[in-house]
Amino acid sequence: MKYTEEQLEEELKTQEYKYGFYTDIESDTFPVGLNEEVVRAISKKKNEPEWMTEWRLEAFRVWEQMEEPEWANVHYEKPKFQDIAYYSAPKKKPKLNSLDEVDPELLDTFKRLGISLDEQKKLANVAVDIVMDSVSVATTFKKTLGEKGIIFMPISEAIQEHPELVKKYLGTVVPTKDNFYAALNSAVFSDGSFCYIPKGVKCPMELSTYFRINEGGTGQFERTLVVADKGSYVSYLEGCTAPSRDENQLHAAVVELIAMDDAEIKYSTVQNWYPGNKQGKGGVYNFVTKRGLCEKNAKISWTQVETGSAVTWKYPSCVLKGDNSVGEFYSIAVTNNFQQADTGTKMIHLGKNTKSTIISKGISAGKSQNSYRGLVQINARAENARNFSQCDSLLMGNECGAHTFPYIEAKNKSAQIEHEATTSKIGEEQLFYCNQRGIDTEKAIALIVNGFSKEVLNKLPMEFAVEAQKLLEISLEGSVG
Amino acid sequence: MLKIENLQAEIDGKSILKGLNIAVNAGEVHAIMGPNGAGKSTLANIIAGKEDYEVTAGSIELNGEDISELAPEERAHNGVFLSFQYPVEIPGVSVTNFIKTAINETRKAKGLEDMPAKDMLKMIREKSELLEIDRKFLSRSLNEGFSGGEKKRNEIFQMAMLEPKLAILDETDSGLDIDALRIVANGVNKLKSKDNAVIVITHYQRLLDYIVPDFVHVLHDGKIVKSGDASLALELEAKGYDWIKQELV
Repeated sequence: MKYTEEQLEEELKTQEYKYGFYTDIESDTFPVGLNEEVVRAISKKKNEPEWMTEWRLEAFRVWEQMEEPEWANVHYEKPKFQDIAYYSAPKKKPKLNSLDEVDPELLDTFKRLGISLDEQKKLANVAVDIVMDSVSVATTFKKTLGEKGIIFMPISEAIQEHPELVKKYLGTVVPTKDNFYAALNSAVFSDGSFCYIPKGVKCPMELSTYFRINEGGTGQFERTLVVADKGSYVSYLEGCTAPSRDENQLHAAVVELIAMDDAEIKYSTVQNWYPGNKQGKGGVYNFVTKRGLCEKNAKISWTQVETGSAVTWKYPSCVLKGDNSVGEFYSIAVTNNFQQADTGTKMIHLGKNTKSTIISKGISAGKSQNSYRGLVQINARAENARNFSQCDSLLMGNECGAHTFPYIEAKNKSAQIEHEATTSKIGEEQLFYCNQRGIDTEKAIALIVNGFSKEVLNKLPMEFAVEAQKLLEISLEGSVG
Repeated sequence: MLKIENLQAEIDGKSILKGLNIAVNAGEVHAIMGPNGAGKSTLANIIAGKEDYEVTAGSIELNGEDISELAPEERAHNGVFLSFQYPVEIPGVSVTNFIKTAINETRKAKGLEDMPAKDMLKMIREKSELLEIDRKFLSRSLNEGFSGGEKKRNEIFQMAMLEPKLAILDETDSGLDIDALRIVANGVNKLKSKDNAVIVITHYQRLLDYIVPDFVHVLHDGKIVKSGDASLALELEAKGYDWIKQELV
């Protein structure tokens, strides 16, 4: 059963309001800089058990020895890691009394995204009324999930309540020493989500950060761990189409997925962090490590719509360890103005008869640079592995760039690997054709871009897809003169 | 319906139209013929508002209103339709989705609500039958992998759906075999009424056997150099364009 917003509203209308309006969030921030003391202090602040503190410290020690990677096709001023404050309790933004006090530009965007009035208030930090109050939502959700034995909670709570599960799986797919940003995240991660689906359970609703159980403010170092036990299924939605403004420039998240035998995880992301202004000033650096592990007959699908951030460095990957396991990656990455994206996937085939599919759609406009970087690796004992990759780039204007870096390593002769790539440009002729049929240029671009992105948009859950479609339109507005 | 006076236009500094006059009334079919490079397609594109061309003199009036400063989509909203000689491909956008968008954008410009899905469906059914279009065709990506005949039939299908006041058919017969030509021409004939007008731009007489024009104009070197009735087309077919050129000397 799908849980629509209407159903949710309906249900909540009939509920008594129980929890009081708004509790002040304590706001304290550590001094800038990172050392063992700071890592210990973060762990202590969260009241973490000893093993967790040690785990963080180990990550920190590894991180200290590491160098920031430079191979990506992006150029930016490197963050000064000792100038960042690594612990900040959720910041209390000024509460507004009504939508009239909100930045009209932001409101306009909400409206065009088709976000409900109540949700608009929540996102713009206007004092929320009962309908969208997160505590009520959480209560409704927790009940339904609890009946199935599904655990979905902030990872900080999971460390307290289910230490055995977290300890068993945390860092098993993305080890602390995996890469510079993953190590940093492991040392200082602020919060994130934990999800566990028991054996044989099909999660009855899409787990969504949109109706998130843990309130926002998980900050710049988010950590997500999703474990699907044998034969289970879950669809997880991350992010939100609404523009996310954040003062933190550096974001380094880690997402780990574990799909045990016969399990399936569908992980969908819409990323719309602040991309900087039209001159390329400001904007979020998004350095994310996402990886999933597939056991026997398991399947992991990554679907992402990336429209935000000034710099994106992100490669959701699948380790196809079990025989007959399947990995999929569907991506739309849009860059405009001065945005830079280096994104793609890694498909690591270890088991026999493993299959992977990569569909990547890059759209570049303005003066942006958009790179696809992908690795398909077939290991020696991966008999009959198959991969299909398709990378399409769409260019708008003459000042942007599209790049494709496909890497293929096959160590087993039975492997079948296909790679297709196309580059096209939105042409004057296409636009004139649409104009001649009464479709103005903005709408024509939206139509062409949606057509180009269709194979990926189709993979998103329905409600998400509609919003993502509108988001693409808005992201590319004004990009053809 | 359409009144063009002393139209002069150039592209990249090169003069293409050199003082062209034409008047088309509702209910009429006009054919514009002429040798390659005479400016036939330029004329079609300029009426539709393509920005590559610079209009240096003259006026284009549609139903008494000067449209020469309007954007192409605004001209479309006013009832101008151009059947392209080379229709473009839009991958991933189905014929149905495209025509739905075109209709609703036009309605929006007129302050109307979107056409109800039920009405749209009914209209699509009627018009696709008229043009003997297979329903499966409608779910395909616009013009992607279409044969020459399919592309042209699709143009006329869009014309049928949009119900323009002034339809300009630019070399609609090129790339069509005789069966496709007959279907397309029949479609155009059925769509003709006393309230709309059609301009057929063609190199050959062939299409005019099926769509019989009230007037035939010969375009040469950026001007209409000769006008007549349907018999002029036959005469051109028999004598070739050199005959006109010689007459002009």
